[in-house]
Amino acid sequence: MAARSRELKTGPLLAPAVGVLLFWMIVPLAFTLWFSFQRYNLQNPMITGFAGITNYKILLMSSRLWVSILNTLVLVGSVLSLTVIFGIIFAVVFDQDFPGRNIARLLVTAPFFIMPTVSALIWKNLLMHPVNGFFSYVSRWLGLPVIDWFVQWPMFSVIMIVAWQWIPFATLILVTAMQSLDREQMEAARMDGAKGFALFWNITLPHLARPISVVVMIECIFLLSVFAEILVTTSGGPGMATTNLSYFIYMRALLQWDVGGASAAGVIAIVLANIVAAFLIRTFAKNLERD
Amino acid sequence: MGILKTCVLSFGAMVLGSQFAHAETLTIATVNNDDMIVMQKLSTEWEKSTGNKLNWVVLEENVLRQRVTTDIATKGGQFDIVTIGALETPIWGKQGWLNTLDDLGDDYDYADLFPSVKNGLSADGKMYAVPFYAESSFTMYNTEIFEKAGLKMPEQPTWTQIAEFADKLTDKSKEQYGICLRGKPGWGENMALITLMANVWGGTWFDKDWQPQLTSEPWKKAVNFYVDLMKKDGPPGATANGFNENQALFAAGHCAMWVDATSAAGRLYNKDTSKVVDKVGYAKGPGEVTNVGNGWFWAWALAIPSTSTKADAAKSFVKWATSKDYVKLVAKEGGVVTSPPGTRKSTYTAEYKKAAPFAEMTEKAIETADPSKPTRDPVPYTGISFVIIPEYQGIGTTTGQNIAGALAGQTSVDDALQQSQDNAVEAMTQAGYIK
Amino acid sequence: MNNSRNSLIAGIIGWTSAIVMFFPIFWMLVTSFKSEIDAVVPSIFFKPTLQSYFDVNSRADYLHYAWNSVVESIGSTILALMIGLPAAYACAFYPGRKTKDLLLWMLSTKMMPAVGVLVPMYLMFRDAGLLDTRLGLVLLFTGGNLPIVIWMLYSFFKDVPTPILEAGRMDGARFWTQMRYILIPISLPGIASTALLSIILCWNEAFWSLNLSASQAGPLTAFIASFSSPEGLFWAKLSAASTLAVAPILIMGWITQRQLVRGLTFGAVK
Repeated sequence: MAARSRELKTGPLLAPAVGVLLFWMIVPLAFTLWFSFQRYNLQNPMITGFAGITNYKILLMSSRLWVSILNTLVLVGSVLSLTVIFGIIFAVVFDQDFPGRNIARLLVTAPFFIMPTVSALIWKNLLMHPVNGFFSYVSRWLGLPVIDWFVQWPMFSVIMIVAWQWIPFATLILVTAMQSLDREQMEAARMDGAKGFALFWNITLPHLARPISVVVMIECIFLLSVFAEILVTTSGGPGMATTNLSYFIYMRALLQWDVGGASAAGVIAIVLANIVAAFLIRTFAKNLERD
Repeated sequence: MGILKTCVLSFGAMVLGSQFAHAETLTIATVNNDDMIVMQKLSTEWEKSTGNKLNWVVLEENVLRQRVTTDIATKGGQFDIVTIGALETPIWGKQGWLNTLDDLGDDYDYADLFPSVKNGLSADGKMYAVPFYAESSFTMYNTEIFEKAGLKMPEQPTWTQIAEFADKLTDKSKEQYGICLRGKPGWGENMALITLMANVWGGTWFDKDWQPQLTSEPWKKAVNFYVDLMKKDGPPGATANGFNENQALFAAGHCAMWVDATSAAGRLYNKDTSKVVDKVGYAKGPGEVTNVGNGWFWAWALAIPSTSTKADAAKSFVKWATSKDYVKLVAKEGGVVTSPPGTRKSTYTAEYKKAAPFAEMTEKAIETADPSKPTRDPVPYTGISFVIIPEYQGIGTTTGQNIAGALAGQTSVDDALQQSQDNAVEAMTQAGYIK
Repeated sequence: MNNSRNSLIAGIIGWTSAIVMFFPIFWMLVTSFKSEIDAVVPSIFFKPTLQSYFDVNSRADYLHYAWNSVVESIGSTILALMIGLPAAYACAFYPGRKTKDLLLWMLSTKMMPAVGVLVPMYLMFRDAGLLDTRLGLVLLFTGGNLPIVIWMLYSFFKDVPTPILEAGRMDGARFWTQMRYILIPISLPGIASTALLSIILCWNEAFWSLNLSASQAGPLTAFIASFSSPEGLFWAKLSAASTLAVAPILIMGWITQRQLVRGLTFGAVK
């Protein structure tokens, strides 16, 4: 039996995808690298010329870059943890049958469909606003001090908003994956006397390992470049409390109009992302190849 | 390709003559302020009379500025008419990115424009944008709250007096705050106000050699005063409060005083959105050691990028939208109080001044705001609440962020100012102003 | 029995989380029916009005933007699926030495923060004449979502038990037949959820859609941008605009979800 023989040339199957991605990656990357070595200020055409590694030097020596990298890691790490944990909980919960389950599941997954800008605006103005927001209304009604979310807990507030949006994503993927859980195996184990938690730990969780890895990888990509929520709520502040790398680049590119510096920061961001990805792969790689 | 197209079109236009001006579709980018929304509504009149069509791109101020700057600086050619302000106009005009607008004809009546407005939108003596509305800043106060407390606001208050009033008028348990001021970080948000405060304490952004002055005594005094005042008598969440948020607070009656744009007054006078319609009093922007630079100058103006291939049709529109007839049209449609303020002397009729209690103070503020002499001491720059150099947006916003951080209690004022100073020095060195 | 107790616990947790997660959206809906002055006060009782919806629509042509969103999202999703399905198939069923690296490289192409490449992309689009065109945005979205699409399809394909495909192959079925009659029907929920994800990502993409469009190709994200912070009271209008912007995708998401998790044809395996 020709079990491992390739009856199929995978080349033509892969070629279009690879081609498209190559183009969309190489061209911007090339431009960015080029600009990062130039002195290019969008508003001031007087500034031109080859800059060598000056852009990189200035960035790497400025503490602002490192603060933003740290913020990025904190944001990504927190949201990942929250979404995976709650995603698993919700997936297990919604796998059970209970009255109105379908409707409840729809409600739980709704936040993912909302535009990030809109989410941030709702949270900022309607909920967290210290004078007009719903939370402050409830606090006052309960006699508790009003929390000024974006001033006292800026990073926490941003994490809350982003997690609120992405938990449904994890839930959706994991709920779908739960559908392919081997029920017969579960029944057999239960017959053998295995209880709830043991069942979960030994059967459900391993089955979910690959979807969780996919969720983590995909979310990572998006969380590294969270931008809209910060722009709308805290503008990176107060101070630099919520400035992540993406916002830092934005400030450089569209406020200082320093395209050279922003490109250099972009290259640094890619390096950072690759490091994070490498780290994740090491942790999750085996899950991806499981059959 | 673009040049060929332009040649053909111009030739065609010449041959066919002006009565055959074919219908053009223009793309116009503007801010989502009330006055612009009115312009959008009324623009159908212009469309009808010229047969041209307008496609509108309406965005929030910061997004608009970035969008438009990206397009103009890369010569993207997306827009035929852009709405820009007093900061970009001189800079872009000098770089040749905008068409000159001195040729709109005598019936446009250039002499009717306030001189400070005209100068603010020119570079090297040529006008590069026509003013849609202009504003300065002043002090607004809630007359009901003041009367109840038995206090009287002088016509030219000082910041010290403002602080005294604020202390007496704050009752946080009743959500009444003595003073509401901008805290949101941004060169056009909190820094607009804080720069004024630095001005009247005798400070400047740069000395005559372009050295940043952010750690000088006037700046320290002004920013410390600002942070202390806001912490004691300001509303919570101040670092997220920009112009819009403060306006909402004042309109709901939460603020006893508010120092901000003169254009706010018109909106506070609208009973659909304001609970304090007949309770607003006006005074000049506060001074302290000096009164020079106590009110800013800002104008939203319409300009035509040099990449536009439809400059004639565009000029026809910008002429219409900033003409005396347009002002009258707005007055007819929405009431004289809604006239776009601050651009033309002819707007300030007796009727207008009677219907709008803020008109006179606004007129005075605009006439005295002189961007060419922003501070008491001589400086190498122009611009009262900002510095008209390309680098300012970045420097101003970073400084604004640091000061917001101080207001939020994350750093001390001295640290915030030192960091801002370091950042400014770095930026100015990179740009070549200082060695 | 265990089951009813499980069911009760699940029910409590399920409904509590549903209410908590949905509350902000609910609040937005409620606020959109208030008048501006009412909207500033977080009250539960108020006089409902449709005024905000009228104001919003009179200022910007909602249908124009909505149509752009639909075209751009669905267009790029179809394109991405067409390119991605074969690629995911190859990676899942004919993995080679380089497959893992290839997959990871694909994901890494998304690692550049968009804002850093704004100027290069703008210049590229300008020179290609793609500024403010629907085609330009569709191409961009496709390139952006392709890695995600391939990854998700790959993951769902890996879940398909090989015996099925083996059986098909042994019966002499060729590639396209395999695809059409075996693979696609089985992994339909997976393909559907991938398509759904791609549509959502396009619909909510707020950076490129704003910067590379002007008045012609702007989708609903541009529509929202014009209401996000005007001067004066705006919460009711903002809520109305937001509701209008997210309603189509929310409804569509809900409808498709039922398809997704309605139950599989997995019984066919056993």
